[in-house]
Amino acid sequence: MSSFLVQLLNGLAGASSLFLVAAGLSLIFGVTRIVNFAHGSLYMLGVYIAYSMSERLAGGVGFWFSLVFSALAVGFIGALIEMVLLRRIYKAPELFQLLATFALVLVIKDGVLWIWGAEDLLGRRAPGLEGSVEILGRNFPTYDLFLIVIGPVVLALVWLLLTRTRWGTLVRAATQDREMLSALGVHQSWLITGVFALGAMLAGLGGALQLPREPANLGMDMLSIGDAFVVVVVGGMGSIPGAFVAALIIAEIKAICIWLGDVNFGPFSISFSKLTLVVEFLVMAVVLVVRPWGLFGRPQGTPRHSGAPEAPLRPAGKSLRWFAVALVAGMAVLPLLQGQFPYALVLSVDLLIAALFAASLHFIMGPGGMHSFGHAAYFGLGAYGAALLMKAAGLPMEAALILAPVVAGLGAVVFGWFSVRLSGVYLAMLTLAFGQIAWSIAFQWDDFTGGSNGLIGIWPSGWANNRTAYFYLTLVLVVVGLFALRRMLFSPFGYAMRAGRDSVLRADAIGIDVKRIQWLAFVIAGVFAGAAGALFVYSKGSISPEVLSVTKSVDGLVMVLLGGVQTLAGPIVGAVTFTWLQDTVARSTDYWRALLGGIILFLVLVFPQGLAGFIHDLVVKLKPNREAAR
Amino acid sequence: MIHREPPPTLLTVEGLNAWYGAAHILFDVGFEVKRGEVVALMGRNGAGKSTTFKTLMGLLERRKGTVKLMGQDISGRSPSQIARMGLGFVPEDRRIFTDLTIAENLEVGRQAARRWPDDSPAPEWTPQKLYDLFPNLKEMGPDRLGGRMSGGEQQMLTVSRTLMGNPYLVLLDEPSEGVAPVIVEQMAHMILALKSQGVSILLSEQNVHFAELVSDRAYVLEKGQIRFSGTMAELAANEEVRRSYLTV
Repeated sequence: MSSFLVQLLNGLAGASSLFLVAAGLSLIFGVTRIVNFAHGSLYMLGVYIAYSMSERLAGGVGFWFSLVFSALAVGFIGALIEMVLLRRIYKAPELFQLLATFALVLVIKDGVLWIWGAEDLLGRRAPGLEGSVEILGRNFPTYDLFLIVIGPVVLALVWLLLTRTRWGTLVRAATQDREMLSALGVHQSWLITGVFALGAMLAGLGGALQLPREPANLGMDMLSIGDAFVVVVVGGMGSIPGAFVAALIIAEIKAICIWLGDVNFGPFSISFSKLTLVVEFLVMAVVLVVRPWGLFGRPQGTPRHSGAPEAPLRPAGKSLRWFAVALVAGMAVLPLLQGQFPYALVLSVDLLIAALFAASLHFIMGPGGMHSFGHAAYFGLGAYGAALLMKAAGLPMEAALILAPVVAGLGAVVFGWFSVRLSGVYLAMLTLAFGQIAWSIAFQWDDFTGGSNGLIGIWPSGWANNRTAYFYLTLVLVVVGLFALRRMLFSPFGYAMRAGRDSVLRADAIGIDVKRIQWLAFVIAGVFAGAAGALFVYSKGSISPEVLSVTKSVDGLVMVLLGGVQTLAGPIVGAVTFTWLQDTVARSTDYWRALLGGIILFLVLVFPQGLAGFIHDLVVKLKPNREAAR
Repeated sequence: MIHREPPPTLLTVEGLNAWYGAAHILFDVGFEVKRGEVVALMGRNGAGKSTTFKTLMGLLERRKGTVKLMGQDISGRSPSQIARMGLGFVPEDRRIFTDLTIAENLEVGRQAARRWPDDSPAPEWTPQKLYDLFPNLKEMGPDRLGGRMSGGEQQMLTVSRTLMGNPYLVLLDEPSEGVAPVIVEQMAHMILALKSQGVSILLSEQNVHFAELVSDRAYVLEKGQIRFSGTMAELAANEEVRRSYLTV
């Protein structure tokens, strides 16, 4: 029993850092409506800066000063990020802002790698709190007790700041209606910069406080942003007390899972300690299904500034069609050049698969209006499906290629059923949760999926087992897939889906069952993503949980956003650009992430409509001139 | 007898055009409001009244034309700058901060006191004065949440919130829209009370009777163009204009 109580105390200590990071994220989201992907990176910066400072400044005062300094420094960096980057893109579509913050993740990660190196850095213990106290006959670190106190203290301070100062009143007003606030004479740029700085500072403090507990490492950004997302969503977007309660719940559930360890239920043995990787996402999924706006949140009103309506999709013009045909024809003769460019075929297969994956994501994101953050789940289900159908069921490649998309589609039937009940950021977070659940199953089910090692030796059937044949197989399947996806958008189903995106109420009122349409769209997108996954696994010959990771989902998002969400050619252009960039950049420098991030930032700032959107706008702009010239 | 100067012009609008996206809504709208006046901008639903107000406040991205507030050009400025120069805006849908209390809503609108160009003080408002003007707000107490108020009460709060900025001129969008008849009467009293305290008001209105109760002059807007301008008595006498542009 005493071990259980101590484990609960452990959970409380963990909750404090979690709360600090999540509170900052929630605050920033409330005012700017930006889901700051880089928040975990700010947390990581907090740890590293505190490390460097405390190594330089000896003594007790030095250590505590380092923590405070680190929080302030990260707050300053946050303010800079807001002023230099985000301020320029507040009017861009929501997803573009997300893309920009994701690019920051890449840049900051490589910045940290460059400054501090790849080794884990073990920080000092907190002077004065190195020891432990005896609680119920067990030793409990004094520093953890200090952490337990810090959480509520910060909660109280932030709460006082928000409710007892004019600044806080303005921040809460801005959370609700920024346009009205400006019409009342409030200049908001400094207000928003301030909120961003405060949010970043909390993240930095959360990181700095963690230094005596775990070594600074480069994986901290993604781990903490995942946790923080979950806490914010469970607590309710924009609610600080909600973030506190959610942080407690999640930290405690994790602590209990560790305490339970392996438990036998008759013949079955469940390893609860392994569940820690996924349990928070399970909690989030349950909360979102039962209370879609989180424990302390409120249903989101329709946003005041919904921006310009989406332009209708247009069928391809004659020139674009000929261009597509020429492109496919051009690709078809590629194998003839194999002598000069041996690498071209391998890269082309990657590009084609990426294009199909991105197009399937675009299908629900652009015309469907549902932003999936866990699309890798279906790619991975298709890939693992194909691999396991071959390895475990002994099916040939042909059958596996047909059945794997069905497996992914079935996954989408289940995930989609829950997801379409939500919308906006909440839907995105639930898809992220499902993606993580799928990933952790593949990662931990050693006997079936091979665990972290994955599966190897998944090669195509004899006739397709050479570069040229497999390239042609991929080319045909991808072109058919892309054409089918495109065709569906101009079918009655596609119209109904776009109607549902533009106005759920109006679409409902003319007899469209919007939820059913969206569910079906999820399944279709899942099937095609699964096909991409199946093609992928046979092109590589092996598979690992990597294909299910958040990074893979984000890759898809970046491709779609890069190309432009509301253009049909967008995902293809984006997939090709992204995959090619990743391939080239990765081979030319150690800091490929920073370079990639820099390129993404450049593109976001220069082409806020996406590449294909930009080209489209350019053509439209040039057209009247051409006619006038005649 | 002392020769009195005609009251100076507060707001001059010339050649105002505005667009929602690609849709052209206002066409060369022009009018003026003098200090101490209550002027009604009249017209049916969709005539462009609210659009005019939003354009004056700088809330529409695409706009053209000159807007001068006390001689200063405000046409290219941001909403917050315009509000800071003394133009108050009461939106038709009220837009109360429902998560904030009455006192906090007032605090959000607070700006420093102003002076007229001749250095005499412009109307200055405090929560206390506003509670006296709107006893309903006082009764509910400063800690009532904006979301827990009726439509009429919110209407009073939104007017009070704008007055906290001590504006030279208040743009009052459809004050009689969507509130109970007894509140409409209160709104009329309020407008007259404000006028007596030296507040100038430009209000948009569909209801001729309401406008006649409170206004000195009127402009009639239809399809984004000014079709009539004159005193309320002239409007009352002009059956033609009333039938063509106002009655439903």
